[in-house]
Amino acid sequence: MYRETQIIAGSSHPSFAEVGQPGEFIINVGPQHPATHGVLHLVITLSGETIKKVEPHLGYIHRSIEKMCESLSYRQFIYVTSRMDYLSAHINNHACAMCVEKGLQVEIPPRAQVIRVLMDELTRIASHELWWGAMAMDLGAFTPFFHAFRERETINDIMEETCGARLTMNYMVPGGVMQDIHPDFQKRVKEFIQLYKRKVHEYDEMVTGNIIFQNRMKNVGVLSAEDAISYGCTGPTGRGSGVSCDIRKLYPYEIYSTLEFDEVLETGGDSFARYMVRIREMNQSIRIIEQLIDNIPEGEVLTKTKAVLKLPKGEFYTRVETARGELGVYIVSEGGTNPFRIKFRSPGFSNLSVLDHIARGSKIGDLVAMMGTLDLVIPDIDR
Amino acid sequence: MTNEELKAKITELLPAATFEEGGEWININIESKDWLSAAELLRHESSLFFNYLFCLTCIDWKTHLTMVYHLSSTQYRHNLVVRCKLDRNKPEIESVSHIWRTAEFHEREVYELFGVNFLNHPDLRLLILPDGWEGKNPLRKDFEDPVNMIKL
Repeated sequence: MYRETQIIAGSSHPSFAEVGQPGEFIINVGPQHPATHGVLHLVITLSGETIKKVEPHLGYIHRSIEKMCESLSYRQFIYVTSRMDYLSAHINNHACAMCVEKGLQVEIPPRAQVIRVLMDELTRIASHELWWGAMAMDLGAFTPFFHAFRERETINDIMEETCGARLTMNYMVPGGVMQDIHPDFQKRVKEFIQLYKRKVHEYDEMVTGNIIFQNRMKNVGVLSAEDAISYGCTGPTGRGSGVSCDIRKLYPYEIYSTLEFDEVLETGGDSFARYMVRIREMNQSIRIIEQLIDNIPEGEVLTKTKAVLKLPKGEFYTRVETARGELGVYIVSEGGTNPFRIKFRSPGFSNLSVLDHIARGSKIGDLVAMMGTLDLVIPDIDR
Repeated sequence: MTNEELKAKITELLPAATFEEGGEWININIESKDWLSAAELLRHESSLFFNYLFCLTCIDWKTHLTMVYHLSSTQYRHNLVVRCKLDRNKPEIESVSHIWRTAEFHEREVYELFGVNFLNHPDLRLLILPDGWEGKNPLRKDFEDPVNMIKL
């Protein structure tokens, strides 16, 4: 209904126009806006400072990954999925590899399972670190960004040694992981844990306990548990509203059922609750890594599979917990070497859909705090 | 509820549904005209209580389209897959966005990528594709784009 062209035609200013009811204004946020962390376009209807409606316009980074996958083989399509949620690239690859393994009915070696879980949890910490820095930057503080990157870079270095890449790893393949871990992996991860434990109090001192941040996040963007379920919100967004939705606990995969960790739940439902879930989740990830880092079983890291994979006719669905929520991979196979249809149920897509609901009636200045704690990654939403 | 109990319960409550074997979850097929009443029953019946729609998508089988709904219950932790067959030339099905709010965005996505018309959808517009998009729906099997190469 409200398009850029109409807005330009209706006003002397290209991104600001008065429409509808008297006193109602339309503001475009994005597609290039620092707070959207990517190319998200929000068309916001305002009455004074109060938000009447938020309408997301997507597709600026739509690459039609689902269509591309239809012409790629079961070994190839996993590489494309690193480009969806690029902050949880390992976990995306993991979900796809698991779905193919489910179709092939192959078991992966215990060593590969432990390596996969270790990589997933390191990725989760790295993703939350970036979110924490970027969210503080959205709310006007630049220093936390550097503090977050100091730890995040260490994880990226660990990844680079083993996987050869820092962002799009493509390390998990059907049957296990591509190659064994670097000889220094365990040493470096232990160093990281020491570093993290030395530095984590800074996060609380700088942001969590800061009264300015608390005032900007508490009672902002309140989401009830019923709405969170109805809108399909998962991950820290759902758990901040008290919805138990951790796939690692509910439908355990790999070795998660044997590990000791807590599902982090907050009941506030506001931005601060979502913030606290992520901060506490990082500590749980450290706990998982500590349990595993000295107990990586010896053995193979890759099961022998055929060079050309063929999935039997049927439908396969796997769910994993990424840093943002529940990622579903749905493969429909006709028995060939390519998937007939593939669907990625991305967590960001559902989490974004709730933005309009939680933003209505609040002030425009709070929108950034809401978007920040939803942790939107735009390539994950557009796919 | 175990899969057997769930199957017995659905047979009792939804006589129109036909079961399909395979997969880890119970699969049912429903006529598209019965879908809205079935969805309301699945959501509100207290012993089923499917309150979480975790995936909504469509498959183009070249001869027909199939809508696929993955449902889950956060209370009982049981899962169900519902399929509705649609006519490929005139695909129409009732919207369920008032039952599960997440369906609003997912249906808009299916609308533009597969051309399925969702009846009584509150806001059925293009979501991902650019405005003024004309021509075929990209995720249909007969879609070919000579300019932007998709086949690798």
